[in-house]
Amino acid sequence: MTENTQSTEIAGDERFPEEELETLTQHRSLWGDVWRQFRKHKGAMAGVIVFIFITLAVSLGPLIQGIEPSAINFSERNFGPTLAHPLGTDNIGHDTLAQMLAGGQVSLAVGFSAMLIALLLGTLIGVLAGFIKSLDGPLMRLTDLFLALPILPLLLVIILLFRDTLRTLYGPEAGIFMLIVFVIGITSWMHTARIVRSDVLGIKEREFVIAAHSIGTRKRRIIFRHILPNILSPIMVSATLGIANAIITESALSFLGLGFPPDFPTWGRLLYDGANFIQITPARVIWPGLFIALTVLSVNYIGDGLRDALDPRLRGR
Amino acid sequence: MKYIISTLLTLAIAVGIASPVQAKRGSDGQLNLLYWQAPSTMNPNLSGGTKELEASSVVLEPLGRYDENGNLLPWLAEVIPTVANGGISKDLTTITWKIKKGIKWSDGSALTADDAVFTYEYCSNPDTGCTQSNYWNDIKSVKAVNSRTVKIEFTVPKPFPYAPFVGYNAPILQKAQFDGCQGAKAQECTEQNFHPIGTGPFKVVDFKPNDVIVFEANPNYRDTSKPAFGKLVFKGGGDAVSAARAVLETGEMDYAWNLQVEPEILIKMEQGGRGKVVSAFGTSVERLMVNFTNPDPSLGDMRSEYIGGNNNRNAHPYLSDYNVRRALSLAIDRQVLVDAGYGKAGKISCNVLPAPAIYASSANDECKTPNVAEANRLLDAAGWKRGSDGVRQKGGVRISILYQTSTNSVRQATQAFIKEMWKQIGVETELRNLSASVFFGGDISSPDTYQKFFTDIEMYTNNFSGTDPQTYMSNWTCKEMAQKRNKWGGNNMPRWCSPAYDALSAKMSISSAMKDRIRLTKEMNDMLMQDYAMIPLIHRGNVSAHSNTLSGVRMNPWDSELWNIADWTRK
Amino acid sequence: MIHYIFRRTLIAIPTLLVISFIIFAILDLAPNDPTGNLPMTVPPEVRAKIRSSLGLDEPMHIRFGLWLVQFCVNEPLNLLHEGFGISIGDAENRTRILSWATRSPVVDLIIQRTPQTLWVVGLSYLFGILIAIPIGIVSAYRQYSWFDQVGTFISMVGFSVPTFFTGMVAIIIFSVQLRWFPMIYDTTLVVDSWQNFVSQVKQMIMPVAVLALYNASQLSRFMRASILDNLNLDYVRTARAKGRSERAVLLIHVLRNSLIPVVTLIALGIPTIFSGAIITEQIFRVNGLGQLLIIAIEGADIPLVQTLTFIFAVLIVFFNLIADVVYGILDPRIRYD
Repeated sequence: MTENTQSTEIAGDERFPEEELETLTQHRSLWGDVWRQFRKHKGAMAGVIVFIFITLAVSLGPLIQGIEPSAINFSERNFGPTLAHPLGTDNIGHDTLAQMLAGGQVSLAVGFSAMLIALLLGTLIGVLAGFIKSLDGPLMRLTDLFLALPILPLLLVIILLFRDTLRTLYGPEAGIFMLIVFVIGITSWMHTARIVRSDVLGIKEREFVIAAHSIGTRKRRIIFRHILPNILSPIMVSATLGIANAIITESALSFLGLGFPPDFPTWGRLLYDGANFIQITPARVIWPGLFIALTVLSVNYIGDGLRDALDPRLRGR
Repeated sequence: MKYIISTLLTLAIAVGIASPVQAKRGSDGQLNLLYWQAPSTMNPNLSGGTKELEASSVVLEPLGRYDENGNLLPWLAEVIPTVANGGISKDLTTITWKIKKGIKWSDGSALTADDAVFTYEYCSNPDTGCTQSNYWNDIKSVKAVNSRTVKIEFTVPKPFPYAPFVGYNAPILQKAQFDGCQGAKAQECTEQNFHPIGTGPFKVVDFKPNDVIVFEANPNYRDTSKPAFGKLVFKGGGDAVSAARAVLETGEMDYAWNLQVEPEILIKMEQGGRGKVVSAFGTSVERLMVNFTNPDPSLGDMRSEYIGGNNNRNAHPYLSDYNVRRALSLAIDRQVLVDAGYGKAGKISCNVLPAPAIYASSANDECKTPNVAEANRLLDAAGWKRGSDGVRQKGGVRISILYQTSTNSVRQATQAFIKEMWKQIGVETELRNLSASVFFGGDISSPDTYQKFFTDIEMYTNNFSGTDPQTYMSNWTCKEMAQKRNKWGGNNMPRWCSPAYDALSAKMSISSAMKDRIRLTKEMNDMLMQDYAMIPLIHRGNVSAHSNTLSGVRMNPWDSELWNIADWTRK
Repeated sequence: MIHYIFRRTLIAIPTLLVISFIIFAILDLAPNDPTGNLPMTVPPEVRAKIRSSLGLDEPMHIRFGLWLVQFCVNEPLNLLHEGFGISIGDAENRTRILSWATRSPVVDLIIQRTPQTLWVVGLSYLFGILIAIPIGIVSAYRQYSWFDQVGTFISMVGFSVPTFFTGMVAIIIFSVQLRWFPMIYDTTLVVDSWQNFVSQVKQMIMPVAVLALYNASQLSRFMRASILDNLNLDYVRTARAKGRSERAVLLIHVLRNSLIPVVTLIALGIPTIFSGAIITEQIFRVNGLGQLLIIAIEGADIPLVQTLTFIFAVLIVFFNLIADVVYGILDPRIRYD
């Protein structure tokens, strides 16, 4: 990454007319450049717009619509789209739109939080393992251990140990939320760690790193300034995959009775519950699936845009 | 001449076609069954569930079994022994079975009374870990009087002695095959456990545990024209909805068992016209258990423990109030639960004992109609006033119920409905669902088992096998309370205790006259229902589906669903 | 490199021991019980007797020690005896690891299930790779073209929609409506004629396709990202300047370097063939190792879960080593020693 360009004023030189001098003296920061490049990436901008739309919809939608997601109307089960129920109802009488909006809040929150935890853990362990040779062995063996653990019994044990304490401290929903995010986070970092480590091992031997090392740059600075920005590519891909994985894993947990209470909607759960009704009320399955895919798509394009914007070889072309 | 011969030939052919086809053994080819829970062994004594009992029932047979109406039929025996025909001794302590003549095992050897005696020894050996050992309780001895007569002597008089050798839980094993497999050796006899030799219409060709079983027609079966199918494939795995799909929509399978699926899905699939959904009602009742003790986590060791003679020291803060229990039951619209979750496979039940019909009480039928107004009135009158959050409370105690059950989409739907119904009477509910292997597991270190009952309400289905309710009704006596001291091994989950009930139960164990047993059963049922020790919801039937090309299926809730598979034919 | 391999192999042994102990501890702590699926009518005394007949009364370290001896000593000896006829010690009375649900040896169950797992899940992994690599290459080369956009959309849908859903939709379309393929996998089908071969292919198409889509979606994203990273490097510009054709630049120079991280990913994914297709196996009733594992976990069948999970752990450690070695060989910049 290049340093900030500082302009030097060259007064009275005919080679540099006033207007160009103005432009040249404008402060151009690294992140300003990044943003400018990002804006040029059509897909990324579309991704940002879709993502903001989804977030606004699930935060403000429930206030606009006014129907409680848990409201049941016994006589209105298995309806197709109607005026009162724009997306139809499910086999119990819940309004599908209300459930989609409420479920979106939970799914997005779980997806992002769990993904962030997995990403942070994975990157941390991957970078440490790749960069510091003495830590490589133990950390990779730790990764092997986590990869080999059977998830379901592990979940049962964790829930057994922590559910009641968390429930009394934070209430049933918040307690389970923390538990689920924690569990998904600590069981999905291994993939990222391995990939990051591979990349770090490669970058560590590049000339600019050796150069930085030889001028006495401290290890921490090398990691943050030189290595991290160059391994953004696999990290971005992992982020995208991580969100999808987190949302779907949460639904699998609910299926096993290890997730949120059964009347707490999430997109993954809606998809799972509605799957068997696909021939009766297809809307019930199509919307959650579509929105999960859209969320993942928008994050993917944002990631693409970010990666391109941060790549100095592409910027300014 | 040629003309006469051709006419005769034509006539013969016409007669041959017109007359009913006399099925020959194996003439109908292959039969495909789909059990979405796959059997893991063919030995019913080491079974892990009903699926193994069903699979083994096409090979191993008992002396007597139940038909679809609950009548006891002689199967390998000549007649059902009774006091009247001398088969049961007058003091009710011995029963003598006489085996039919000419029954052969599938390897050609003859079935004798020694095999029956061996079966008893196999299961009653404590090291075998026999899962059906409670069918062999209270037996003093089993003797082979001669090669075709078995005499069982009980340690106590048994008004209903039809447990050993009756039904799919207690069929006869071949001594020659299983000898040496008793006790601890039972675990190692894989060949015998996977390929048992039986007297039934089929014999095992290939057994792949938790996957598929292949059978062929038993060449030594007693009826030479049966079974109509030469090959039987018993596939397992997957889930209930796709099992229904395989029968009703793609036609790849002829029969699918245990379709615990929402009714609208089955109805839609049936419209395809390839198959039929059949249901039969046994004794299963889905019910809410009411906790009479306090499950508060802050009580630590004393959670859900029954303390004191009249339980006033650890009583449940609000469920011990009769008005609250009655109001909770009145608020439930059971018809909605049936329509949404069970359809043809469920009926409203106001009794914990809905069947057999002779034992069913009609004293509690008011529960068929919900009455929210009356429920609200009861709670108001009892002093439970609605707080600012809409939840009723009295003396600082809020009616906030933690309601648990196992993970199952129909159960979760029932929970959602009941939560909404209770909201209308000012009761707050928190729902919880647990994996079945944890909820029903009985692991002492887990707080989530249904025996420990560390919540206020729990829901599951209980039933009893056979047609005699004595053991079932004795589940709610005081000594059956699940407590720490008996490692929660009792059957009385509500921890409800009534000396009057105990007296009735004791009386039933010594009454042999049918009319007395019926009267006592009804009284015990009414006592439980009218004190709301449990709140019954739905009388659940077994649901299966079969192809329209299959005939002879008589859905049986009292015994194996494959009890008469020898009579099934292809249309 | 040899030194590195040797060191890693030595460390693998205590690692595996620790892993197997932790797995055993978790399984033991987990609150499910082998008698949990028995019908309600079985009374508690009977359940207690069943538990003691399974050996659950012994303390944990004894049970773990027993399992370890059986796995490391008895089972390999048994394999030698049955596979190669070499008998060491008492062949008849060796205690083998028995599954609690079926009361039969665990290793036999595993061997029984391996063919269908390798056929269906293994093939789908292979097809996933074969599809993902070309798609990744073209997507990256023609970044933001319609091919890339469509490819991106399909792969997003491919890995964000769970396999239970795609599998079910496939069944409804191809089995119910069109009646082209069977929805139930027949494990007893023996391929000894052309007819049976066609049937085998027909019953494999849907599960293989569903899984291949899922695998390809993930792999193609990494392939694309890796190629994009390399397309702008200096050596590509040099090759073009030297006059090499685009095809040669792409397929010889860029691809070889981009494949490095992808190959390690592929190597890491091989253990998942054996344990990862749980849902797809259940939907199509392929009844392979994944289904065996999930049934064992739900039935709290500890010997089976322990053995299966330990075998997966061995595979994971082994393939991690392979991935590291391959990476070290392919990328000359990597130094392990």
